Amino acid sequence: MTLHDLYLLSPEVSLVGLAALVVLLDMVVPRKGVLAGVALAGLVVPLAFSLALWGTVSSEGAQQGIFGTLAVDKFALFFKFLFLAAAALVVMATTDLFDRLGHSLGEYYSLVLVSAVGMMLLAAATELISLYVALELTALPLAALAAFHRDARSTEAGLKFLLLSAISSAVLLYGMAFVFGLTGTTYLSDIAARIGSSVLRPDVPFGAFALLLGVVLMVAGFGFKIATVPFQMWVPDVYEGAPTPITAYLSVASKAAGFAVILRVFYIAFGAEALQVDWGVLFAGLAVASMTVGNLVAVAQNNIKRMLAYSTIAHAGYMLVGLAAVSAGAPGGSTLGPSGLLFYLAGYTLTNLAAFFAVIAITNKTGSEVIDSFAGMGRRSPWLALVLALSLVSLIGIPPTVGFMAKLYIFNAAVRSGLAWLVVVGVVNSVLSAYYYLRVLRVMYLAPPASSEAVPASVPLRTALVVTGAGVLFFGVLPIFLIRLAERAAQAILS
Amino acid sequence: MTLLHLELLSAALFAIGLYGFLARRNAVLLLMSVELMLNAVNINLVAFAVFLDPARLLGQVIVVFVITIAAAEVGLALAIILRLYRNRSTANVDEIDLMKW
Repeated sequence: MTLHDLYLLSPEVSLVGLAALVVLLDMVVPRKGVLAGVALAGLVVPLAFSLALWGTVSSEGAQQGIFGTLAVDKFALFFKFLFLAAAALVVMATTDLFDRLGHSLGEYYSLVLVSAVGMMLLAAATELISLYVALELTALPLAALAAFHRDARSTEAGLKFLLLSAISSAVLLYGMAFVFGLTGTTYLSDIAARIGSSVLRPDVPFGAFALLLGVVLMVAGFGFKIATVPFQMWVPDVYEGAPTPITAYLSVASKAAGFAVILRVFYIAFGAEALQVDWGVLFAGLAVASMTVGNLVAVAQNNIKRMLAYSTIAHAGYMLVGLAAVSAGAPGGSTLGPSGLLFYLAGYTLTNLAAFFAVIAITNKTGSEVIDSFAGMGRRSPWLALVLALSLVSLIGIPPTVGFMAKLYIFNAAVRSGLAWLVVVGVVNSVLSAYYYLRVLRVMYLAPPASSEAVPASVPLRTALVVTGAGVLFFGVLPIFLIRLAERAAQAILS
Repeated sequence: MTLLHLELLSAALFAIGLYGFLARRNAVLLLMSVELMLNAVNINLVAFAVFLDPARLLGQVIVVFVITIAAAEVGLALAIILRLYRNRSTANVDEIDLMKW
Protein backbone atom coordinates (compact mmCIF):
# COMPACT_ATOMS: atom_id res chain seq x y z
CA MET A 1 0.00 0.00 0.00
CA THR A 2 1.55 3.21 -1.16
CA LEU A 3 0.85 6.84 -0.48
CA HIS A 4 -1.01 6.96 -3.77
CA ASP A 5 -3.33 4.21 -2.52
CA LEU A 6 -3.99 6.28 0.55
CA TYR A 7 -4.89 9.23 -1.63
CA LEU A 8 -7.28 7.08 -3.64
CA LEU A 9 -8.89 5.89 -0.40
CA SER A 10 -8.89 9.34 1.23
CA PRO A 11 -12.68 9.88 1.17
CA GLU A 12 -13.29 6.57 2.96
CA VAL A 13 -10.39 6.98 5.39
CA SER A 14 -11.46 10.48 6.37
CA LEU A 15 -15.03 9.30 6.82
CA VAL A 16 -13.93 6.50 9.16
CA GLY A 17 -11.89 9.08 11.07
CA LEU A 18 -14.95 11.29 11.34
CA ALA A 19 -17.02 8.38 12.65
CA ALA A 20 -14.42 7.68 15.35
CA LEU A 21 -14.26 11.38 16.25
CA VAL A 22 -18.03 11.57 16.70
CA VAL A 23 -18.05 8.55 19.06
CA LEU A 24 -15.22 10.01 21.13
CA LEU A 25 -16.84 13.45 21.28
CA ASP A 26 -20.03 11.82 22.54
CA MET A 27 -18.23 10.93 25.75
CA VAL A 28 -17.04 14.44 26.55
CA VAL A 29 -19.63 16.76 25.03
CA PRO A 30 -22.75 17.28 27.13
CA ARG A 31 -24.78 19.03 24.43
CA LYS A 32 -25.80 16.51 21.81
CA GLY A 33 -26.54 19.08 19.14
CA VAL A 34 -22.78 19.55 18.81
CA LEU A 35 -22.42 15.98 17.50
CA ALA A 36 -24.76 16.66 14.60
CA GLY A 37 -22.81 19.81 13.80
CA VAL A 38 -19.47 17.98 13.88
CA ALA A 39 -20.79 15.11 11.75
CA LEU A 40 -22.20 17.55 9.21
CA ALA A 41 -19.16 19.81 9.08
CA GLY A 42 -16.85 16.81 8.98
CA LEU A 43 -18.57 15.47 5.86
CA VAL A 44 -16.99 18.36 3.98
CA VAL A 45 -13.60 16.63 4.24
CA PRO A 46 -14.48 13.41 2.33
CA LEU A 47 -16.44 15.56 -0.10
CA ALA A 48 -13.37 17.71 -0.76
CA PHE A 49 -11.22 14.59 -1.25
CA SER A 50 -13.81 13.17 -3.66
CA LEU A 51 -13.79 16.42 -5.63
CA ALA A 52 -9.99 16.33 -5.76
CA LEU A 53 -10.13 12.72 -6.98
CA TRP A 54 -12.65 13.73 -9.65
CA GLY A 55 -10.09 16.26 -10.87
CA THR A 56 -7.36 13.62 -10.86
CA VAL A 57 -9.52 11.12 -12.72
CA SER A 58 -10.48 13.79 -15.28
CA SER A 59 -6.86 14.56 -16.06
CA GLU A 60 -5.18 11.18 -15.62
CA GLY A 61 -7.96 8.70 -16.29
CA ALA A 62 -9.45 6.04 -13.99
CA GLN A 63 -7.22 4.75 -11.22
CA GLN A 64 -6.88 1.32 -9.60
CA GLY A 65 -5.89 1.17 -5.95
CA ILE A 66 -4.98 -1.40 -3.25
CA PHE A 67 -3.72 -4.20 -5.52
CA GLY A 68 -6.39 -3.41 -8.07
CA THR A 69 -9.27 -4.24 -5.75
CA LEU A 70 -10.79 -0.77 -5.79
CA ALA A 71 -11.47 1.39 -8.80
CA VAL A 72 -11.50 5.13 -8.52
CA ASP A 73 -13.35 6.18 -11.65
CA LYS A 74 -16.16 8.61 -12.30
CA PHE A 75 -18.71 5.88 -11.72
CA ALA A 76 -17.46 5.29 -8.17
CA LEU A 77 -17.09 9.02 -7.53
CA PHE A 78 -20.64 9.72 -8.72
CA PHE A 79 -21.87 7.30 -6.07
CA LYS A 80 -19.53 8.75 -3.45
CA PHE A 81 -21.18 12.15 -3.98
CA LEU A 82 -24.61 10.54 -3.78
CA PHE A 83 -23.88 8.70 -0.51
CA LEU A 84 -22.21 11.72 1.10
CA ALA A 85 -25.21 13.88 0.23
CA ALA A 86 -27.64 11.26 1.56
CA ALA A 87 -25.65 10.85 4.78
CA ALA A 88 -25.50 14.63 5.31
CA LEU A 89 -29.24 15.01 4.79
CA VAL A 90 -30.01 12.09 7.11
CA VAL A 91 -27.76 13.62 9.79
CA MET A 92 -29.70 16.88 9.47
CA ALA A 93 -33.09 15.17 9.58
CA THR A 94 -32.23 13.28 12.77
CA THR A 95 -32.20 16.43 14.92
CA ASP A 96 -35.94 16.17 15.47
CA LEU A 97 -35.56 12.77 17.08
CA PHE A 98 -33.03 13.81 19.73
CA ASP A 99 -35.38 13.08 22.60
CA ARG A 100 -35.92 9.53 21.35
CA LEU A 101 -32.34 8.82 20.25
CA GLY A 102 -30.47 10.96 22.76
CA HIS A 103 -29.34 7.95 24.78
CA SER A 104 -26.51 7.22 22.36
CA LEU A 105 -26.48 9.79 19.64
CA GLY A 106 -22.74 9.48 19.08
CA GLU A 107 -23.07 5.83 18.10
CA TYR A 108 -26.02 6.68 15.89
CA TYR A 109 -24.12 9.23 13.83
CA SER A 110 -20.98 7.15 13.61
CA LEU A 111 -22.96 4.12 12.43
CA VAL A 112 -24.57 6.25 9.72
CA LEU A 113 -21.11 7.38 8.62
CA VAL A 114 -19.55 3.89 8.74
CA SER A 115 -22.41 2.55 6.67
CA ALA A 116 -21.73 5.30 4.13
CA VAL A 117 -18.10 4.11 3.99
CA GLY A 118 -19.34 0.62 3.18
CA MET A 119 -21.52 1.94 0.37
CA MET A 120 -18.71 4.02 -1.08
CA LEU A 121 -16.42 0.98 -1.10
CA LEU A 122 -19.20 -1.12 -2.59
CA ALA A 123 -19.53 1.22 -5.56
CA ALA A 124 -15.77 1.10 -6.05
CA ALA A 125 -15.05 -2.60 -5.49
CA THR A 126 -13.74 -4.49 -8.52
CA GLU A 127 -12.93 -7.71 -6.74
CA LEU A 128 -15.20 -10.22 -5.06
CA ILE A 129 -13.67 -10.32 -1.56
CA SER A 130 -13.62 -6.55 -1.13
CA LEU A 131 -17.10 -6.45 -2.62
CA TYR A 132 -18.37 -8.86 0.03
CA VAL A 133 -16.62 -7.03 2.87
CA ALA A 134 -18.05 -3.69 1.68
CA LEU A 135 -21.50 -5.24 1.44
CA GLU A 136 -21.37 -6.38 5.06
CA LEU A 137 -19.86 -3.08 6.15
CA THR A 138 -22.98 -1.48 4.68
CA ALA A 139 -25.50 -3.94 6.10
CA LEU A 140 -24.34 -4.48 9.69
CA PRO A 141 -24.42 -0.80 10.77
CA LEU A 142 -27.80 -0.45 9.08
CA ALA A 143 -29.16 -3.40 11.08
CA ALA A 144 -27.91 -1.82 14.30
CA LEU A 145 -29.50 1.48 13.27
CA ALA A 146 -32.82 -0.15 12.41
CA ALA A 147 -32.94 -1.52 15.97
CA PHE A 148 -31.94 1.80 17.47
CA HIS A 149 -35.17 2.77 19.16
CA ARG A 150 -35.47 0.69 22.29
CA ASP A 151 -39.06 -0.35 21.66
CA ALA A 152 -40.25 -3.74 20.46
CA ARG A 153 -41.06 -2.60 16.92
CA SER A 154 -37.63 -1.22 16.21
CA THR A 155 -35.91 -4.28 17.67
CA GLU A 156 -38.11 -6.49 15.53
CA ALA A 157 -37.14 -4.45 12.47
CA GLY A 158 -33.45 -4.81 13.30
CA LEU A 159 -33.72 -8.57 13.80
CA LYS A 160 -35.65 -9.10 10.58
CA PHE A 161 -33.19 -6.99 8.61
CA LEU A 162 -30.17 -8.74 10.08
CA LEU A 163 -31.46 -12.31 9.65
CA LEU A 164 -32.58 -11.77 6.07
CA SER A 165 -29.44 -9.84 5.26
CA ALA A 166 -27.38 -12.73 6.66
CA ILE A 167 -29.19 -15.35 4.60
CA SER A 168 -28.98 -13.24 1.45
CA SER A 169 -25.26 -12.79 1.89
CA ALA A 170 -24.92 -16.55 2.44
CA VAL A 171 -26.69 -17.08 -0.90
CA LEU A 172 -24.50 -14.43 -2.51
CA LEU A 173 -21.36 -16.07 -1.15
CA TYR A 174 -22.42 -19.48 -2.41
CA GLY A 175 -22.78 -17.91 -5.84
CA MET A 176 -19.42 -16.19 -5.54
CA ALA A 177 -17.82 -19.50 -4.54
CA PHE A 178 -18.96 -21.05 -7.82
CA VAL A 179 -17.83 -18.10 -9.88
CA PHE A 180 -14.48 -18.13 -8.11
CA GLY A 181 -14.14 -21.88 -8.47
CA LEU A 182 -14.85 -21.87 -12.19
CA THR A 183 -12.70 -18.92 -13.11
CA GLY A 184 -10.00 -19.23 -10.46
CA THR A 185 -9.93 -15.50 -9.84
CA THR A 186 -11.81 -12.93 -7.80
CA TYR A 187 -11.07 -9.91 -10.00
CA LEU A 188 -14.08 -8.87 -12.05
CA SER A 189 -12.08 -8.05 -15.16
CA ASP A 190 -10.19 -11.37 -14.97
CA ILE A 191 -13.48 -13.22 -14.52
CA ALA A 192 -14.71 -11.65 -17.75
CA ALA A 193 -11.49 -12.58 -19.53
CA ARG A 194 -11.58 -16.20 -18.32
CA ILE A 195 -15.22 -16.58 -19.33
CA GLY A 196 -14.49 -14.81 -22.60
CA SER A 197 -11.56 -17.01 -23.55
CA SER A 198 -13.65 -19.94 -22.30
CA VAL A 199 -10.96 -21.50 -20.18
CA LEU A 200 -13.80 -22.84 -18.11
CA ARG A 201 -12.29 -25.77 -16.38
CA PRO A 202 -13.23 -29.13 -17.83
CA ASP A 203 -12.41 -30.84 -14.53
CA VAL A 204 -15.16 -29.01 -12.64
CA PRO A 205 -18.44 -30.90 -12.26
CA PHE A 206 -21.25 -29.39 -14.36
CA GLY A 207 -18.94 -26.65 -15.69
CA ALA A 208 -20.98 -23.93 -17.34
CA PHE A 209 -24.15 -24.80 -15.46
CA ALA A 210 -22.37 -24.27 -12.17
CA LEU A 211 -21.23 -20.87 -13.42
CA LEU A 212 -24.78 -19.99 -14.39
CA LEU A 213 -25.99 -21.15 -10.98
CA GLY A 214 -23.35 -18.97 -9.35
CA VAL A 215 -24.44 -15.90 -11.28
CA VAL A 216 -28.12 -16.46 -10.53
CA LEU A 217 -27.35 -16.89 -6.82
CA MET A 218 -25.43 -13.62 -6.94
CA VAL A 219 -28.44 -11.90 -8.51
CA ALA A 220 -30.56 -13.23 -5.62
CA GLY A 221 -28.08 -11.86 -3.10
CA PHE A 222 -28.02 -8.44 -4.74
CA GLY A 223 -31.78 -8.53 -5.21
CA PHE A 224 -32.13 -8.40 -1.45
CA LYS A 225 -30.07 -5.21 -1.33
CA ILE A 226 -32.12 -3.39 -3.93
CA ALA A 227 -35.40 -4.78 -2.52
CA THR A 228 -36.81 -6.34 -5.65
CA VAL A 229 -39.59 -8.92 -5.74
CA PRO A 230 -39.25 -11.82 -4.73
CA PHE A 231 -36.58 -10.71 -2.25
CA GLN A 232 -38.65 -7.88 -0.79
CA MET A 233 -40.26 -9.55 2.25
CA TRP A 234 -38.15 -7.63 4.77
CA VAL A 235 -38.83 -4.19 3.32
CA PRO A 236 -42.21 -3.14 4.77
CA ASP A 237 -41.51 -4.44 8.29
CA VAL A 238 -38.04 -2.97 8.52
CA TYR A 239 -39.13 0.35 7.02
CA GLU A 240 -42.01 0.60 9.45
CA GLY A 241 -40.10 -0.30 12.59
CA ALA A 242 -36.81 1.50 11.99
CA PRO A 243 -36.32 5.15 13.02
CA THR A 244 -37.68 7.21 10.13
CA PRO A 245 -34.37 8.88 9.13
CA ILE A 246 -32.86 5.40 8.87
CA THR A 247 -35.80 4.27 6.77
CA ALA A 248 -35.05 7.15 4.43
CA TYR A 249 -31.37 6.23 4.39
CA LEU A 250 -32.13 2.57 3.68
CA SER A 251 -34.55 3.40 0.91
CA VAL A 252 -32.14 5.58 -1.07
CA ALA A 253 -28.50 4.97 -0.17
CA SER A 254 -28.60 1.23 0.43
CA LYS A 255 -30.61 0.75 -2.76
CA ALA A 256 -28.24 2.93 -4.79
CA ALA A 257 -25.28 0.93 -3.50
CA GLY A 258 -26.98 -2.29 -4.58
CA PHE A 259 -27.56 -0.97 -8.09
CA ALA A 260 -23.99 0.31 -8.28
CA VAL A 261 -22.57 -3.10 -7.52
CA ILE A 262 -24.97 -4.87 -9.89
CA LEU A 263 -24.04 -2.51 -12.71
CA ARG A 264 -20.35 -3.03 -12.15
CA VAL A 265 -20.51 -6.81 -11.71
CA PHE A 266 -22.76 -7.39 -14.70
CA TYR A 267 -21.06 -4.91 -16.96
CA ILE A 268 -17.51 -5.97 -16.21
CA ALA A 269 -17.62 -9.61 -15.14
CA PHE A 270 -20.67 -11.13 -16.80
CA GLY A 271 -21.09 -8.86 -19.79
CA ALA A 272 -18.96 -11.21 -21.89
CA GLU A 273 -20.39 -12.37 -25.18
CA ALA A 274 -19.07 -15.87 -24.50
CA LEU A 275 -21.53 -16.41 -21.67
CA GLN A 276 -24.34 -16.22 -24.23
CA VAL A 277 -26.92 -15.34 -21.63
CA ASP A 278 -29.24 -12.40 -22.06
CA TRP A 279 -29.45 -10.89 -18.59
CA GLY A 280 -31.97 -8.44 -19.96
CA VAL A 281 -34.70 -11.07 -19.81
CA LEU A 282 -33.92 -11.89 -16.17
CA PHE A 283 -33.91 -8.23 -15.13
CA ALA A 284 -37.02 -7.47 -17.18
CA GLY A 285 -38.86 -10.28 -15.39
CA LEU A 286 -37.77 -8.98 -11.98
CA ALA A 287 -38.78 -5.46 -13.06
CA VAL A 288 -42.30 -6.50 -14.00
CA ALA A 289 -42.74 -8.45 -10.74
CA SER A 290 -41.38 -5.60 -8.59
CA MET A 291 -43.43 -2.87 -10.21
CA THR A 292 -46.67 -4.81 -10.13
CA VAL A 293 -46.40 -6.29 -6.63
CA GLY A 294 -45.08 -3.05 -5.13
CA ASN A 295 -47.82 -0.89 -6.57
CA LEU A 296 -50.68 -3.29 -5.97
CA VAL A 297 -49.86 -3.91 -2.32
CA ALA A 298 -49.12 -0.22 -1.68
CA VAL A 299 -52.73 0.58 -2.54
CA ALA A 300 -53.92 -1.39 0.50
CA GLN A 301 -51.64 0.32 3.05
CA ASN A 302 -52.82 2.69 5.77
CA ASN A 303 -49.45 3.37 7.37
CA ILE A 304 -47.50 6.02 5.46
CA LYS A 305 -44.11 4.38 6.10
CA ARG A 306 -45.40 1.02 4.88
CA MET A 307 -46.93 2.67 1.83
CA LEU A 308 -43.62 4.33 1.01
CA ALA A 309 -41.90 0.98 1.60
CA TYR A 310 -44.00 -0.69 -1.10
CA SER A 311 -43.44 2.37 -3.24
CA THR A 312 -39.66 1.81 -3.02
CA ILE A 313 -40.20 -1.79 -4.16
CA ALA A 314 -42.12 -0.48 -7.16
CA HIS A 315 -39.37 2.04 -7.88
CA ALA A 316 -36.76 -0.71 -7.72
CA GLY A 317 -38.83 -2.19 -10.54
CA TYR A 318 -38.60 1.00 -12.63
CA MET A 319 -34.86 1.08 -12.05
CA LEU A 320 -34.61 -2.56 -13.15
CA VAL A 321 -36.18 -1.45 -16.43
CA GLY A 322 -33.03 0.63 -16.89
CA LEU A 323 -30.91 -2.36 -15.96
CA ALA A 324 -32.75 -4.54 -18.45
CA ALA A 325 -32.03 -1.88 -21.07
CA VAL A 326 -28.37 -2.05 -20.08
CA SER A 327 -28.24 -5.77 -20.53
CA ALA A 328 -30.28 -5.87 -23.68
CA GLY A 329 -27.55 -3.60 -24.99
CA ALA A 330 -28.64 -0.75 -27.17
CA PRO A 331 -26.73 -0.92 -30.46
CA GLY A 332 -23.45 0.89 -30.66
CA GLY A 333 -22.56 0.56 -26.97
CA SER A 334 -24.96 3.31 -25.99
CA THR A 335 -24.63 4.67 -22.46
CA LEU A 336 -28.33 5.42 -22.38
CA GLY A 337 -29.26 2.51 -20.09
CA PRO A 338 -26.64 2.93 -17.36
CA SER A 339 -26.71 6.73 -17.41
CA GLY A 340 -30.50 6.63 -17.22
CA LEU A 341 -30.24 4.36 -14.20
CA LEU A 342 -27.72 6.67 -12.50
CA PHE A 343 -29.88 9.70 -13.21
CA TYR A 344 -32.92 7.88 -11.85
CA LEU A 345 -31.05 6.95 -8.67
CA ALA A 346 -29.98 10.55 -8.07
CA GLY A 347 -33.47 11.92 -8.72
CA TYR A 348 -35.05 9.20 -6.62
CA THR A 349 -32.68 9.97 -3.74
CA LEU A 350 -33.82 13.61 -3.67
CA THR A 351 -37.48 12.72 -4.04
CA ASN A 352 -37.66 9.97 -1.48
CA LEU A 353 -35.61 11.87 1.10
CA ALA A 354 -37.98 14.84 0.72
CA ALA A 355 -40.98 12.58 1.27
CA PHE A 356 -39.52 10.86 4.33
CA PHE A 357 -38.32 14.13 5.86
CA ALA A 358 -41.81 15.59 5.65
CA VAL A 359 -43.12 12.38 7.20
CA ILE A 360 -40.59 12.74 10.06
CA ALA A 361 -41.85 16.23 10.90
CA ILE A 362 -45.53 15.33 10.68
CA THR A 363 -45.41 11.99 12.53
CA ASN A 364 -43.28 13.60 15.22
CA LYS A 365 -46.08 16.08 15.89
CA THR A 366 -49.12 13.85 15.50
CA GLY A 367 -47.49 10.72 16.95
CA SER A 368 -49.29 8.62 14.35
CA GLU A 369 -48.10 7.10 11.08
CA VAL A 370 -51.60 6.46 9.76
CA ILE A 371 -52.30 8.27 6.50
CA ASP A 372 -55.59 9.68 7.86
CA SER A 373 -53.68 11.56 10.55
CA PHE A 374 -52.23 13.73 7.75
CA ALA A 375 -55.66 15.31 7.38
CA GLY A 376 -55.65 19.04 6.74
CA MET A 377 -51.86 19.36 6.68
CA GLY A 378 -52.27 21.64 3.68
CA ARG A 379 -53.79 24.20 6.04
CA ARG A 380 -51.85 23.39 9.20
CA SER A 381 -48.37 23.56 7.65
CA PRO A 382 -48.64 24.68 4.05
CA TRP A 383 -44.90 24.53 3.28
CA LEU A 384 -44.36 21.11 4.76
CA ALA A 385 -47.41 19.79 2.92
CA LEU A 386 -46.13 21.40 -0.27
CA VAL A 387 -42.79 19.57 -0.07
CA LEU A 388 -44.54 16.27 0.62
CA ALA A 389 -46.96 16.91 -2.24
CA LEU A 390 -44.09 17.77 -4.57
CA SER A 391 -42.19 14.61 -3.70
CA LEU A 392 -45.29 12.43 -4.14
CA VAL A 393 -45.95 14.03 -7.53
CA SER A 394 -42.35 13.28 -8.41
CA LEU A 395 -42.77 9.67 -7.29
CA ILE A 396 -45.74 9.34 -9.65
CA GLY A 397 -43.68 10.91 -12.41
CA ILE A 398 -45.60 14.06 -13.30
CA PRO A 399 -43.75 17.13 -14.66
CA PRO A 400 -42.17 19.49 -13.66
CA THR A 401 -40.39 17.18 -11.23
CA VAL A 402 -37.23 15.15 -11.45
CA GLY A 403 -39.29 11.95 -11.15
CA PHE A 404 -40.84 12.67 -14.54
CA MET A 405 -37.50 13.35 -16.20
CA ALA A 406 -35.99 10.21 -14.70
CA LYS A 407 -38.83 8.00 -15.90
CA LEU A 408 -38.73 9.62 -19.34
CA TYR A 409 -35.01 8.98 -19.60
CA ILE A 410 -35.09 5.39 -18.40
CA PHE A 411 -38.13 4.42 -20.51
CA ASN A 412 -36.49 6.04 -23.52
CA ALA A 413 -33.44 3.85 -22.96
CA ALA A 414 -35.66 0.77 -22.73
CA VAL A 415 -37.50 1.58 -25.98
CA ARG A 416 -34.22 2.08 -27.81
CA SER A 417 -33.08 -1.33 -26.56
CA GLY A 418 -36.19 -2.91 -28.04
CA LEU A 419 -38.02 -3.36 -24.75
CA ALA A 420 -41.16 -1.42 -25.64
CA TRP A 421 -43.41 -4.00 -23.95
CA LEU A 422 -41.58 -3.40 -20.68
CA VAL A 423 -42.17 0.34 -21.00
CA VAL A 424 -45.88 -0.27 -21.48
CA VAL A 425 -45.94 -2.28 -18.24
CA GLY A 426 -44.01 0.51 -16.53
CA VAL A 427 -46.37 3.26 -17.69
CA VAL A 428 -49.44 1.28 -16.70
CA ASN A 429 -47.87 0.80 -13.29
CA SER A 430 -47.13 4.52 -12.98
CA VAL A 431 -50.78 5.29 -13.58
CA LEU A 432 -51.75 2.66 -11.02
CA SER A 433 -49.36 4.17 -8.48
CA ALA A 434 -50.98 7.59 -8.87
CA TYR A 435 -54.00 6.19 -7.02
CA TYR A 436 -52.26 5.71 -3.67
CA TYR A 437 -49.94 8.71 -3.92
CA LEU A 438 -52.84 11.02 -4.74
CA ARG A 439 -54.81 9.59 -1.81
CA VAL A 440 -52.26 11.20 0.53
CA LEU A 441 -52.64 14.49 -1.35
CA ARG A 442 -56.42 14.31 -1.05
CA VAL A 443 -56.22 13.68 2.71
CA MET A 444 -53.75 16.53 3.15
CA TYR A 445 -55.62 19.15 1.16
CA LEU A 446 -59.30 18.19 1.22
CA ALA A 447 -59.95 16.47 4.57
CA PRO A 448 -60.67 18.76 7.54
CA PRO A 449 -57.72 19.13 9.96
CA ALA A 450 -57.89 17.51 13.40
CA SER A 451 -56.43 20.66 14.95
CA SER A 452 -55.17 23.96 13.61
CA GLU A 453 -51.76 23.70 15.27
CA ALA A 454 -48.80 24.09 12.93
CA VAL A 455 -46.29 21.26 12.74
CA PRO A 456 -42.95 22.27 14.26
CA ALA A 457 -39.65 21.35 12.61
CA SER A 458 -36.10 22.13 13.64
CA VAL A 459 -33.93 24.38 11.48
CA PRO A 460 -31.72 21.50 10.19
CA LEU A 461 -34.77 19.47 9.20
CA ARG A 462 -36.28 22.50 7.46
CA THR A 463 -33.01 23.05 5.63
CA ALA A 464 -32.97 19.41 4.52
CA LEU A 465 -36.57 19.75 3.34
CA VAL A 466 -35.82 22.91 1.37
CA VAL A 467 -32.70 21.38 -0.21
CA THR A 468 -34.42 18.17 -1.31
CA GLY A 469 -37.65 19.91 -2.36
CA ALA A 470 -35.77 22.52 -4.37
CA GLY A 471 -33.64 19.75 -5.89
CA VAL A 472 -36.74 17.86 -7.02
CA LEU A 473 -38.03 20.98 -8.80
CA PHE A 474 -34.69 22.22 -10.11
CA PHE A 475 -33.61 18.96 -11.73
CA GLY A 476 -37.15 18.52 -13.01
CA VAL A 477 -36.87 21.76 -14.96
CA LEU A 478 -33.16 21.73 -15.74
CA PRO A 479 -32.01 18.10 -15.64
CA ILE A 480 -29.17 18.58 -18.11
CA PHE A 481 -26.47 19.11 -15.48
CA LEU A 482 -27.33 15.90 -13.67
CA ILE A 483 -27.71 14.01 -16.95
CA ARG A 484 -24.24 15.07 -18.10
CA LEU A 485 -22.82 13.93 -14.77
CA ALA A 486 -24.60 10.59 -15.06
CA GLU A 487 -23.37 10.12 -18.63
CA ARG A 488 -19.76 10.73 -17.65
CA ALA A 489 -20.11 8.32 -14.76
CA ALA A 490 -21.70 5.67 -16.99
CA GLN A 491 -18.93 5.93 -19.55
CA ALA A 492 -16.43 4.89 -16.90
CA ILE A 493 -17.79 1.36 -16.63
CA LEU A 494 -18.27 0.99 -20.38
CA SER A 495 -14.67 1.55 -21.38
CA MET B 1 -12.39 -38.18 -2.73
CA THR B 2 -12.98 -35.98 -5.71
CA LEU B 3 -14.15 -32.43 -6.13
CA LEU B 4 -17.64 -33.71 -6.85
CA HIS B 5 -17.88 -35.32 -3.40
CA LEU B 6 -16.98 -32.09 -1.67
CA GLU B 7 -19.37 -30.17 -3.89
CA LEU B 8 -22.19 -32.51 -2.89
CA LEU B 9 -21.26 -32.24 0.79
CA SER B 10 -21.30 -28.48 0.53
CA ALA B 11 -24.61 -28.44 -1.33
CA ALA B 12 -26.16 -30.79 1.26
CA LEU B 13 -24.94 -28.62 4.12
CA PHE B 14 -26.26 -25.51 2.39
CA ALA B 15 -29.64 -27.16 1.88
CA ILE B 16 -29.80 -28.30 5.52
CA GLY B 17 -29.02 -24.76 6.62
CA LEU B 18 -31.69 -23.33 4.35
CA TYR B 19 -34.22 -25.87 5.62
CA GLY B 20 -33.31 -25.00 9.19
CA PHE B 21 -33.75 -21.32 8.48
CA LEU B 22 -37.22 -21.91 7.11
CA ALA B 23 -38.38 -24.57 9.60
CA ARG B 24 -36.93 -23.44 12.92
CA ARG B 25 -38.83 -21.01 15.12
CA ASN B 26 -36.21 -19.89 17.62
CA ALA B 27 -34.22 -16.84 16.52
CA VAL B 28 -30.96 -18.29 17.83
CA LEU B 29 -31.50 -21.49 15.84
CA LEU B 30 -32.16 -19.39 12.73
CA LEU B 31 -28.81 -17.82 13.31
CA MET B 32 -27.16 -21.23 13.62
CA SER B 33 -28.79 -22.30 10.37
CA VAL B 34 -27.25 -19.29 8.63
CA GLU B 35 -23.89 -20.26 10.09
CA LEU B 36 -24.36 -23.72 8.60
CA MET B 37 -24.95 -22.16 5.19
CA LEU B 38 -21.85 -20.01 5.53
CA ASN B 39 -19.81 -23.08 6.45
CA ALA B 40 -21.15 -24.83 3.36
CA VAL B 41 -19.77 -21.90 1.38
CA ASN B 42 -16.45 -22.23 3.17
CA ILE B 43 -16.17 -25.93 2.29
CA ASN B 44 -16.99 -25.05 -1.29
CA LEU B 45 -14.31 -22.38 -1.43
CA VAL B 46 -11.60 -24.54 0.13
CA ALA B 47 -12.53 -27.47 -2.11
CA PHE B 48 -12.20 -25.35 -5.24
CA ALA B 49 -8.95 -23.88 -4.01
CA VAL B 50 -7.38 -27.23 -3.13
CA PHE B 51 -8.46 -29.14 -6.22
CA LEU B 52 -8.14 -26.52 -8.90
CA ASP B 53 -5.41 -24.16 -7.79
CA PRO B 54 -3.34 -25.74 -5.01
CA ALA B 55 -0.39 -23.43 -5.58
CA ARG B 56 -2.28 -20.34 -4.42
CA LEU B 57 -4.23 -19.92 -1.20
CA LEU B 58 -6.88 -17.62 -2.61
CA GLY B 59 -9.86 -19.75 -1.55
CA GLN B 60 -8.53 -20.11 2.00
CA VAL B 61 -8.06 -16.34 2.20
CA ILE B 62 -11.70 -15.77 1.25
CA VAL B 63 -12.73 -18.25 3.96
CA VAL B 64 -10.88 -16.22 6.58
CA PHE B 65 -12.81 -13.12 5.53
CA VAL B 66 -16.11 -15.00 5.61
CA ILE B 67 -15.47 -16.39 9.11
CA THR B 68 -14.49 -12.98 10.45
CA ILE B 69 -17.55 -11.24 9.10
CA ALA B 70 -19.82 -14.07 10.22
CA ALA B 71 -18.51 -13.60 13.76
CA ALA B 72 -19.37 -9.90 13.66
CA GLU B 73 -22.79 -10.74 12.29
CA VAL B 74 -23.48 -13.21 15.09
CA GLY B 75 -22.37 -10.70 17.70
CA LEU B 76 -24.79 -8.08 16.47
CA ALA B 77 -27.62 -10.59 15.99
CA LEU B 78 -27.26 -11.97 19.52
CA ALA B 79 -27.32 -8.43 20.92
CA ILE B 80 -30.55 -7.71 19.06
CA ILE B 81 -32.08 -11.03 20.14
CA LEU B 82 -31.18 -10.20 23.75
CA ARG B 83 -32.93 -6.83 23.44
CA LEU B 84 -35.90 -8.53 21.85
CA TYR B 85 -36.09 -11.03 24.69
CA ARG B 86 -36.12 -8.19 27.21
CA ASN B 87 -38.92 -6.47 25.31
CA ARG B 88 -41.10 -9.42 24.52
CA SER B 89 -39.88 -12.27 26.77
CA THR B 90 -39.61 -14.56 23.75
CA ALA B 91 -37.17 -15.45 21.03
CA ASN B 92 -39.77 -17.31 18.98
CA VAL B 93 -39.99 -15.71 15.55
CA ASP B 94 -43.66 -16.70 15.20
CA GLU B 95 -44.49 -14.38 18.07
CA ILE B 96 -42.41 -11.52 16.70
CA ASP B 97 -45.29 -10.23 14.66
CA LEU B 98 -46.00 -6.63 15.65
CA MET B 99 -45.80 -5.66 12.00
CA LYS B 100 -47.68 -7.55 9.35
CA TRP B 101 -49.53 -6.69 6.21
